[in-house]
Amino acid sequence: MTDMATGTPLSRVDGLLKVTGGADYAADHNPPGLLHAVLVTSTVSRATITGIDTAKARALPGVADVITDFGGVKLPFPAGEISFFGQPVAIALAGTLQQAQHAASVVAVRVTEKPAVTSMDDRQAIAVPSEEVADYARGDADAALKAGPIVLDNSFTVARENHNPMELPATVAQWSGDELTVWDKTQWVQGTGKHIAAALDVPESSVRVICPFIGGAFGSAGRTWPHQVLAAYAARRVKRPVKLVLTRKQMYSGVGYRPESRQRLALAAGADGRITGIVHELKTETARYEAYSEDAAELPKMLYTSPNVRSTYRLVPVDVSAGTFMRGPGFVTGAFALESTLDELAERVDIDPVELRLRNVADRNQITGTPFTQERFADCLRRGAEAFGWARRRPPKARREGNLLIGMGMASAAHPNYMSAASAVARINADGTAVVASATADMGPGTATAMSQLAADGLGLPVAKVRAMLGDSTLPTAPMHAGSATLASIGSAVHTASVAVRDAVVRMAVLDPASPLYQADPATVTVHNGVMSAPGHGSERYGDVLRRHGKDSIDSTQTWKPGDGKKASSYEFGAVFAEVSVDIRLGLVRIRRMRGVYDIGRVVNPKLAHSQAIGGLVGGIGMALLESTARDHRDGRIVNANMADYLVPVHADVPDLEAEFLDGADTASTPIGVKGAAELVIIGVPAAIANAVYNATGVRVRDLPITLDKLL
Amino acid sequence: MAQGTPESDRSLTLTRRQFVGAVTTTAGLATTGGSASATEDGVPVSLTVNGKHHAVVVDARTSLLDLLREDLQLTGTHKGCDQGACGACTVLLDGRRINSCLTLAVMHDGAELTTIEGLAEGGELHPLQRAFIDTDAFQCGYCTAGQIMSGVGCIREGHCGSGTEIREWMSGNICRCGAYQNIVAAVQQAAKES
Ligand code: FES
Ligand code: FES
Repeated sequence: MTDMATGTPLSRVDGLLKVTGGADYAADHNPPGLLHAVLVTSTVSRATITGIDTAKARALPGVADVITDFGGVKLPFPAGEISFFGQPVAIALAGTLQQAQHAASVVAVRVTEKPAVTSMDDRQAIAVPSEEVADYARGDADAALKAGPIVLDNSFTVARENHNPMELPATVAQWSGDELTVWDKTQWVQGTGKHIAAALDVPESSVRVICPFIGGAFGSAGRTWPHQVLAAYAARRVKRPVKLVLTRKQMYSGVGYRPESRQRLALAAGADGRITGIVHELKTETARYEAYSEDAAELPKMLYTSPNVRSTYRLVPVDVSAGTFMRGPGFVTGAFALESTLDELAERVDIDPVELRLRNVADRNQITGTPFTQERFADCLRRGAEAFGWARRRPPKARREGNLLIGMGMASAAHPNYMSAASAVARINADGTAVVASATADMGPGTATAMSQLAADGLGLPVAKVRAMLGDSTLPTAPMHAGSATLASIGSAVHTASVAVRDAVVRMAVLDPASPLYQADPATVTVHNGVMSAPGHGSERYGDVLRRHGKDSIDSTQTWKPGDGKKASSYEFGAVFAEVSVDIRLGLVRIRRMRGVYDIGRVVNPKLAHSQAIGGLVGGIGMALLESTARDHRDGRIVNANMADYLVPVHADVPDLEAEFLDGADTASTPIGVKGAAELVIIGVPAAIANAVYNATGVRVRDLPITLDKLL
Repeated sequence: MAQGTPESDRSLTLTRRQFVGAVTTTAGLATTGGSASATEDGVPVSLTVNGKHHAVVVDARTSLLDLLREDLQLTGTHKGCDQGACGACTVLLDGRRINSCLTLAVMHDGAELTTIEGLAEGGELHPLQRAFIDTDAFQCGYCTAGQIMSGVGCIREGHCGSGTEIREWMSGNICRCGAYQNIVAAVQQAAKES
């Protein structure tokens, strides 16, 4: 069909709501009788609570309650103890936000402090193996390092980062008898429902979670955090609806972070640039009360042909809040070390960095040995080099414009195409409209828009006739909106359900003597604009056959499951190119140009995919040049827990960026040919920028972010 | 059981009697030498928001942003930081862009405000709203109200001579989704139309 909705640059279906203030985010709900809740959080990193004085707070006007015991609610850290700076210890509830804030500010928490260790570099911080990421070895990498002839052996550090989505974490909880409704900021309505139910020991079926819009999250609203549980708990205690919004400052210890990391990456290669061995030793900080590991070890093991690899991952438990996945979790960290090292290798063996990578590109997953479902890695590298004008790159420190040194750098990107079982319902209404729905979410990529497009094609309807619903735990089962898995998984479920319900109506028609399609072969029936037709037969609308059968609508709920991935490895690939200027007087790095070229299978909506890709580049610029959660290890306080001191890219930091997608569809992975994009588009960015900074200045910075002090 | 005092639950539409009562209380406090109580009955403020007149009694500690969101139920203006650092709460105050989280409602008696909900006229989107949809100048949409209100200010101020100039004058509005170049394109498009 020529008028497929899939593949067209449709504007967002919820764009009108977003530009008029009509999109409802969690904190926008103000049910009648609402109380505002404000958390009181700890100001030390490790202590025993000896008492909480609430008398002063309770005496203030409007204060409904100050809850301090958290009895009967399961939280991830031990009760009565302080396990990290910023831990919730009490909740002030009042009729207005101002009253609740004032009340929270006068709650006095008495503690007996214990010695705390909050830095992973502290001598008392002991690394332990990760239970999730096992040690790995193939061949003898240490012997390869000894053999050389080329050996690079360096350390890399990445600062802690906070997701800092623009929307603050927020929960509005309302009980009606034993039934709880939660308007929440969450990437997983059903997971949050389940977790709140478990924490409060109530049946899962009694909790409904609603989240039609997410104001950005980047991983921070994936798991269920204490404030979400506490809002529901407080609402039950006071028997009133409760709204709890974290402050920006509380967000820094309340909803996770990308953990600080230390890596050693040693690489051996021949004079021809072929990698012969990689040793990767990696450590990340983690909370003592809860281990969080991430896949930072994967790319050095997987991406390039190297007969010898040894990789270890250790966690360093300290007295901090729990970390969590943040865009490109682990992969962007590991890629920074790997791709910086390849840049160094390219210079050592005097081979162009793109050519060097092409020499080491693998045609199969180097961990599992299975071929890729689609292998476009080399295509991304070649296309990117050509489109960016990579041939104009000069040796380090060779390009200067006044006080500016100019440099180009590049890096590879790769990420597994994660997929999960997912369900969706598709409904055709007799009036010619349709609805598709799944309990998924949309933190920005445009899930609802893509669902509408895929459904329109599956149903044979114009996209304007299709409405997509998401963000309600009562809808068909969906996995967490994370890991770049949403479109591949939910999109496949939407497609399957749409085709199933279309086929059901077609079957009704061909079996109905009153239908012009009576006795037509269902396989020959096509549907266009809601009109079914078959060669040698007449045609009729969905609505005609539904009405004859006395139906207003018909629906089908379908579950799609990915294959077991044993025969082939499904991966997304990309290549990122950057041009920077560095002011020699100030050490100030500015991005001049960037281009990402990606293989993400079929692109359902090029307009939205482009926005997602440039968003990833901007996130990567932040990681490369600006972002660092600064802490004072004397007490574990986060020093820059605000949007003025924790720097993220602003308008003036970001020029026009370019992103392009290779044509193609990975139908071996999903029926819709789609692969994920969200993580991929940040993964090579910090390395590409660091490599460009090196090309400009001759200074190799192995510690992120690349702040000016490292260049002066 | 809740111990909230009934008067703490501010009603959205104050009756005339409540309103007069509040005024009297405040005046009474003033004559006894105290300042207008920050926590009891509050301070009367009247403002025009999106062409509609509102007479409310507010806790003096209430920011303009919280007044809009919590009292007037105009939740299209968002809170990103509550500290003047992100621009998510940008509104037009007497025609000029301002971070509504950074100013108190009581400081703006008699003011005229335009929020994102009031930008469209007669069901017709403002050119910048249309441009945002066209250029896909957002992902999550959370910063969008602030970006658009700030963009309207930027256009009115005449700071749209170039992409670089727009970037400079829009840098108080953070978009964590990184839609910057599309926002700049939208502002440029709307600036041309106005
Ligand atoms: S909420 Fe006002 S500037 Fe951030
Ligand atoms: S669109 Fe998400 S923060 Fe701007």
